[in-house]
Order: sequence, then C-alpha cells, then structure tokens
Amino acid sequence: MIAPGVKLLDSVARLEARRDELVSARAGRPCVIVSASTCGTANGAEELIRALQDGLKQLGLADRVDLRVTGCLGFCEQEPLLIFRPSNMFYPRPAPGQARRLLEESLLGGKVVEEMCYRDPRTGQSVWRIDRLPFYGRQQRLVLGANMEVDPCSIDDYLAIGGYGALAMVLAGATPERVIQQVEASGLRGRGGGGFPTGRKWRICRSKAGGKKYIICNADEGDPGAYMDRSILEGNPHSVLEGMLIGAYAIGADEGYVYVRAEYPLAVRNIHLAIDQATERGLLGDGIFGSKLNLRVHVSRGAGAFVCGEETALIASVEGRLGTPSPRPPYPAERGLWGKPTVINNVETWANVPLIIARGAEWFAGIGTENSKGTKVFSLVGKINNTGLVEVPMGTRLREIVFDIGGGMPEGRHFKAVQTGGPSGGVIPESLLDLPIDFDALTEVGAMMGSGGMIVMDDRTCIVDVARYFMNFLREESCGKCTPCREGIKNMLAVLTRICEGKGGVEDITRLERLARGVKAGSLCGLGTTAPNPVLSTLRYFKDEYMAHVVDKRCPAGVCTALISLSIDEGKCKACGRCLKVCPTAAITGGEKKVPAKILPDKCIHCRACFETCPFDAVTIT
Amino acid sequence: MSVDLEPVTRLSQQHRSGGGSLVMLLQEVQAQYGYLPAEVLKALSREIDVPLARLYGLATFYRSFSLTPRGRHEVTVCTGTACHVRGAATLLEHLQRKLKVAAGGTTADGEFTLVTVNCLGACAMGPILVLDGVYHGKMTADKVDPMLGAVTRQPGGKLDGE
Repeated sequence: MIAPGVKLLDSVARLEARRDELVSARAGRPCVIVSASTCGTANGAEELIRALQDGLKQLGLADRVDLRVTGCLGFCEQEPLLIFRPSNMFYPRPAPGQARRLLEESLLGGKVVEEMCYRDPRTGQSVWRIDRLPFYGRQQRLVLGANMEVDPCSIDDYLAIGGYGALAMVLAGATPERVIQQVEASGLRGRGGGGFPTGRKWRICRSKAGGKKYIICNADEGDPGAYMDRSILEGNPHSVLEGMLIGAYAIGADEGYVYVRAEYPLAVRNIHLAIDQATERGLLGDGIFGSKLNLRVHVSRGAGAFVCGEETALIASVEGRLGTPSPRPPYPAERGLWGKPTVINNVETWANVPLIIARGAEWFAGIGTENSKGTKVFSLVGKINNTGLVEVPMGTRLREIVFDIGGGMPEGRHFKAVQTGGPSGGVIPESLLDLPIDFDALTEVGAMMGSGGMIVMDDRTCIVDVARYFMNFLREESCGKCTPCREGIKNMLAVLTRICEGKGGVEDITRLERLARGVKAGSLCGLGTTAPNPVLSTLRYFKDEYMAHVVDKRCPAGVCTALISLSIDEGKCKACGRCLKVCPTAAITGGEKKVPAKILPDKCIHCRACFETCPFDAVTIT
Repeated sequence: MSVDLEPVTRLSQQHRSGGGSLVMLLQEVQAQYGYLPAEVLKALSREIDVPLARLYGLATFYRSFSLTPRGRHEVTVCTGTACHVRGAATLLEHLQRKLKVAAGGTTADGEFTLVTVNCLGACAMGPILVLDGVYHGKMTADKVDPMLGAVTRQPGGKLDGE
C-alpha cells in the first residue's frame, strides 16, 4: 500500500536517484537542528521547537530554511542543543524566548551570541562551534554521529546520508557467504554484553539447512545506567533496520522482531514509524530491490522484566510465555524463536553492520584493539560533569573517557570508581584508570563490558550501598527458576543490608564470598552466573570500606543512614527555609528569618533530605 | 464493582484470529482497563481457552502488569544506578512518607500510585521523576511537593491539557 506521492524504491537505481534528488534539493540550504530525544524533550525541546517554527515564519524564512528535529546527540547534560548549519554554530539549552533572537543574529547575521554559548567548565572558555566541542573532539562517533544528520521520523533524511546504500551494495553483488565473511573479518563482537563474534553467530545460523529462520533485534536494554540502544533506536532507527536487512540476507531469514523495552516509549514509536516508512517504500516486504530478499519486521514490546534481555528468555517472551531462560545449547542460532534458527543481536551491533559493509571489513578491523574491533558507545553517568553518550575506539583509556571527555567530577569531588557492565559487572578503582577499555581488559579486572554503562562514583558514593543496590535490583529481577540465584541473591542482599545498617560483623565478609561462589556455580543463565560480580569486585578493591562499616560502624561516604549524623554549618546557612520544608520529622529549628538552621539530633532520622535539598552545601555529614 | 466485558470479547477475537502473543494481549487489556481486573482475566481465560493460572503467571511475572486499580495520577521514581547515586533513594523515601504508601501502592484516596522503574535511560537528568507521563529531571524532595499539590488542585484532579 503506497501513500500518494511516495516513491517505491524497488531497485538500486531508484534508491540512488532518490538520494541524488534529496541531496541536490538540500544543497546550500541552511538548516536549524534541535535535539529532542527523551532527555531533550524533558528539558523543554518542544517549546523550543514551537518558538523556532514561529520565529522562522515571522522572519519569512520558513520556506528557505530546514528545521530538523533529531534524536539524542549524546551531550545529554546540555540537551536540547540548537545547531545552525552550515556555520555549525550551537547553543546549549537555549530558552524558547531567545529563539527568534538567535535566528536573527546567528542564523541570518552570522554573529555569535557570546553570553548564550557553551562554556567549558574546566577552562571557562566559550565554545561556539559544535565541531570544536571538546566533548565530541576526542570521540569517534561512527554509530552515533548520524543522529545529528537525521530526523528519525524521516526516511528521506536517512536516504540523503546514503542510507540503505550498504543494503544496495549487498543485494547488487555479494553472496550471503561473502557478507558473512566480511562481518567475520571485521571482528565485530556483540555489543549487548556477551561479546560473542557476530559473524560466527551468523555462520552457525546460515549453516542450518533451509526453511524458516528469524532475526531479532534485542532492544531490551535493561542495565540501569545504559541507554545507548535507546538513543540509537530513537535517533536513527533506519540504521538498525538496514543492519537487520543485511543480516536477514546473510542467514536466509524472512521475518524479524524488534524486542524493545516498554519503558522507552519514544523508541517504540520511532521504530514503528521507521518500519512503516520502509515498508511503504518497498525496503521491507517482498522482493526488496527486485531481489529474492523478503523481510517482514514486527515490534514486540517488553513488559518489564530485566531477565528478558537474556536471549532465550527474550525468545520465550516474544512467544508470549514467561520470560525464563532455557539451557544452551541448543543456541538460538540453531534452535530459536518457535524452534527455528534465529540470530539475535543487540541494537548497537545491528547499527554497526551497514558501516562495515559500506566502508569495508578492513577499515573496521583497523579500529580498536587486537580482539575488540571498532568503537563502543558508553553511557557516562553518575557523578560526572558531562553526562552523556560517548563513542570511542575500543582500547581508549578509562582516564581519557572520565576526565578528558567526561570533564571529571562535579563540585571538585574526588573520583572513587567506575562501575561498568550493569548488575553483571564490577567496579574499576582509581588505580586502574589507565586501563585500555576493551572486552578482555574489563573481564580481567573483574568488571565487564556489558552493554556499556559506566557509572562514575565519587567519594560521596558508598561502595557497600552500591553493592546492596545491585543485589536488590537482581533480587527483584531474578526469574526464580534456579534456586541458588533466587535464594542466594536474597541472602547476599540481607547480609549487605545488615552491613549498611551497622549490624554487620567481620564474618559477614566471608559469608558474602561463600554465597557469591554458590550463586555463580549454580545458576543457569548469565543473570545468575554474573550476579555476584558487583559484590566480589567491590570486595576486591574496596575491602577497607566494608571494614569501616563492620568494624568502625562508619560509612566513609556518608550514605548509610544508620551510620551517619548530620549537622548544619552555621557559616554557610542562609536561612532559606528549604530544609525545614523537606524534613519529615520537624528536626530542624531556625532556618528562616535570618536565624541559621540547627538539627535536633534526637529527632533526626538521618534521611538526608535536607542534605540533598540545601543549595548552599551547609549540611554536613559525619 | 462490575466491569464492562465487551472489550475482552473484542480483544479475544482479535487474538484468536492471529493477533500476536499472550503478553501482547495482556498489554492491550491493561491499556483498556488501566489494570488487569480479576473478572476480566477470568473472562479472558474462558474466551481464549487458556488456563487462568497461566494468565495470572504472566501478569505477576512481568512488572508492567498490575492486578489492582491504579490511582488517578501515576508517580514514577527512576531507581536506575545513575539516579541512585544521585539521591533517588532519598526522594523515594520522601514520597513514601508523604503519600503514606510503599512503592507499588496506591494512596487510600485513590489519588496517586507510586511506582519505581529500573532506569528510564535519561541518566543525565537524574534523579528523575515521571508524573503522569511527563519527565522531570534533577528532582529533590522540596521540588516534588508543590508538583503533587498542583496536580491534585487541578479541576477534576487532572493535569492541564489532559
């Protein structure tokens, strides 16, 4: 079914003609870019877009200037970003009221509005060109870079930057065998956590004799603190579909699923839209580009179960069953969805495939380290200045990621550790900051690549509390099938809670280690076998902090409420009264009418609400 | 309280004629009723000839299903790691005390349901609170109180523009 005016792209020649048509129509036209993914929207991107639309109309520019609403640009702390092309001038989080002024002065006048420019917090210098922003300067944004060039709701934007060109190359002349060889030669490994060689997975699936096969895109990005898959699916969904089409051709599949978390409503919407648009133009469906390739792609929405990121559990969930894992082998590549051979790759992996085909396996294999090729997207979050999505070549040193790109700790705090790999991963302490980050190096130090979440912790983050946090998370998310996982995690949580409450003893440390070994040995899937990692790795590098809790009954980071006391620094208190409003037990006197606040120790329950609220850092924890 | 079962019949028919998995069906039913009422699940079980125990199993396995009615307003606190290290636990405790419900519960007056979610993937803005679908970043106890007040004071207890 084709809407009026939509051109069917049923041959490589038509695809190329359409691309040329788009490129020449857009050449030389100024463009206004606004990023409006989940973060941007939450920070008021919609009002900004309306103001820009009005401004363009008022200035009579609506027909001469393109307004492009993109997905996430990765510099999340400053979203929404406003960028003018061709000058590359940009403004972080401009107020909608300033839209018209910026259009007039910067877009039309070519002048930089100094006071609204981004200032590098470390140098104090203003930066006005997006391509000179230090945050981007040290990255290699192969997968994420296109997010700035495309409106995810417009297939034309993707076509204009050469989209579906890799698919065209494949269908025009490469055999499926040749495609698999290229993916193998590229050294691409799965970006979802396991790091399994993608080409080998495809080969296993292809080698299964004829009949029905499936491909699945795993977008059940469950690791808390990791959101690169959301960003790609929200910002450039066609790149994922193109990867899936190439994969389907290589293994001989004709049906696919995108399994996406329900917690990502915008990603769900955008992948639906992309599928509809690609289908409308004949890029999905039967006889793609006049070849024998047929592919239909469905969206399956998750229902809120972390374990469904595990591939056998995911398959069970797509089939409408309880999302509990099954023993492997057989691997899904041999027997997967509805019992048929199935390739499952995660979002970032699929998005790498068109790049490898278009630019060559050798080029890709030239980036990264010996056994980890290409780039990896990390989400740099937590106690860090430049929270955002960072894409760097494998092998980049952690120090460079945290300090040079991430801009270090806010408020002059001291770096403590980075937690990688989500609930399956571990912590990397300061002494290992020069570690080159790749699959193997992370595993060696007891952490894990996982999907690429990097949670930065400073001296105000309690390492025992973080371990407890992950055990609590895993207790909720363990599917309950294997007893060691179900009961072991519960017990580890109980021990950690005891320690955080100041009721732990030294023997609890050995108890934790014993429980951890049991859970690791006795669980079926990745969730259970890696569940003890957050405990083991924090014990490995931060035993002192555990000991402070169990021996000295002290929480050095000032987080565990039973082990702290709060007081107010009268010199810093401005008597603004905000702490009074949030104190649940009326334990604060003064604090208004110019009288400094004071905490009544016998009423205080150490909930830290005043500490979090105080804008002047007047609340101190000891 | 009796529940209109017409949508169950309609959705069951769609399901029987090849409309996706049981999980998807339950998602549609929940979208229709706001939660999964017991009578509805019983009717559904009869209509599609699937044991009630299996539906109950799915409804309790997956976090996004609810067997109890939701409040008029939904308050979601993100408890992802990034939000956690930035004080989400303090925020959640504050809300539990203020609303007098545990996470997952609905206030006695049916006004608010308080839920947690393991990461919304908007970590730059942590701690994040979602009130009736609208994301609010860098949330603290003192900022959230007026927001809840404003929602309940709207005519009919609804947010603007609903």
